[in-house]
Amino acid sequence: MSTTPQQMMPSGIDAASLAHVERVAQKRIRQRHALVISLRIVVLVVVLGGWELSARLKWIDPFFFSMPSAIFDQIIDWFVNGTSQGPLLTQVWVTLEETGLGFIIGSVAGVFCGIVLGRNKLLSDVFSLYIKIANSIPRVVLGSVFVIALGLGMASKVALAVVMVFFVVFANAFQGVREADRFMIANAQILGASRRQVTTSVVIPSALSWILASLHVSFGFALVGAVVGEFLGSKQGIGLLISTAQGAFNASGVFAAMIVLAVVALAADYLLTAVEQRLLKWRPAAV
Amino acid sequence: MNQPLSRDTPAIEMRNVSCRFISPDGKATIALRDFSMSVARGEFVAVVGPTGCGKSTTLSMITGLLKPTTGEVRVMGAPVDGIDPRIGFVFQADAVFPWRSVLDNVAAGPLYRGRSKSAAYDEANEWLRRVGLDKFGKHYPHQLSGGMRKRVALAQTFINKPEILLMDEPFSALDMQTRTLMQDELLQLWGGAGSVVFVTHDLEEAIALADRVFVLTARPATLKKVYEIDLPRPRVTSEIRYEPRFIEISHDIWHDLREEVQIG
Repeated sequence: MSTTPQQMMPSGIDAASLAHVERVAQKRIRQRHALVISLRIVVLVVVLGGWELSARLKWIDPFFFSMPSAIFDQIIDWFVNGTSQGPLLTQVWVTLEETGLGFIIGSVAGVFCGIVLGRNKLLSDVFSLYIKIANSIPRVVLGSVFVIALGLGMASKVALAVVMVFFVVFANAFQGVREADRFMIANAQILGASRRQVTTSVVIPSALSWILASLHVSFGFALVGAVVGEFLGSKQGIGLLISTAQGAFNASGVFAAMIVLAVVALAADYLLTAVEQRLLKWRPAAV
Repeated sequence: MNQPLSRDTPAIEMRNVSCRFISPDGKATIALRDFSMSVARGEFVAVVGPTGCGKSTTLSMITGLLKPTTGEVRVMGAPVDGIDPRIGFVFQADAVFPWRSVLDNVAAGPLYRGRSKSAAYDEANEWLRRVGLDKFGKHYPHQLSGGMRKRVALAQTFINKPEILLMDEPFSALDMQTRTLMQDELLQLWGGAGSVVFVTHDLEEAIALADRVFVLTARPATLKKVYEIDLPRPRVTSEIRYEPRFIEISHDIWHDLREEVQIG
């Protein structure tokens, strides 16, 4: 949009022709944007329409695979009449509470352990083996242990979400601390920073972009932890909604619960992105 | 052990220093062999040598970030023990903190050293003015040019009023014109107060800035020769390099350095 070789030519650099070129270029950008959006809508319509059509024409069995209109009806029904466990929003709220608690506890613990081990060579050499072992256990399996030990209430779901989140955040915080620029650390030391000041004013800020990237992923994990926990045994929540629908062979119910989950996850992702941009405003904008 | 601090005590003294590195896989290499150097108060010394010969090692040992394997390093007459608060260091790489604004970067030193916020920021503003960045206090480093970031680094270092200033190829990443400007800026900020050890691979830079130039051999580095630079001060680095005496000196030193570069 700025100077290109052609515009250096005497005939092409007067204000009128520049304005013209800009208009054309901006129009092209807008057109492309519109094309992308309309193609996205086409894809959505084809997929949902194809599903609906093949279910109505009995190419696939709607009893097992449901269809978009039935799923939509199910969501409306849940909203208006409530689910078998109570109002839909209560179920969403319960799951969100478990997710949020697990996410906060897990990420705080992960960041703390990551920074402590990242700053201490001996501790990290000793513990890295055990963390690797613990990390290799499929963590969802622990859900059963937690349900047995902590009961059907909130604690067992929170515990599972914590375990899901902790290792991801820990690994990223640890790596972020290790990647802290050694010249920056030396610079801070020579400027007069104590070991603690180095940690708080150099190591943590430089690890922050790693940590925030992991928070993005791990909120999803926290949600998985909470839902699977509910699935394994609970009195409320979206996971129970799915498992009830599954028990009643209600495919629409399973899909509807999935969509509710997706909306929750997307909203949380949007929120986290906003927080991230606020915290990392010192970084050059990604082009 | 502590000698009385007299005016004759050199600011930095390295006696028969050797330094050995142990790599993570357990191999030993010698970076510096039997190196001696003495820097007087208020003296500007440049260390020149082929790339990777161990020039930076000398600086690390003066700061105390690295311990000599044999020999002795003394700062202000006392053996080096940890980081001396009287030392300032300007790095080759960008070592300003990208998450702090320019003003916060400059204020970092006094804040680390426990000065009050208002005093630290007053001083930081004063130093920003001196390096000509008073309009950029709120900017983040990535919004500045390479030369401006180096000014931030200089202000950040000078605000601590170091009696010893160590510089590790600080301007090597800048383009030729900016580098010359920064050299003049450095000479002005220094103004003969405090001792400077300036490590560089750029011979002309060394001659333009320093009172004495130490030429090192290829790795393992040891002292090859010391040159007195008898050019008058104050100097303007952009002009001094065209003077006959400058050309003569650089011709002499290059004659010695060339052999080492070829070995390296």
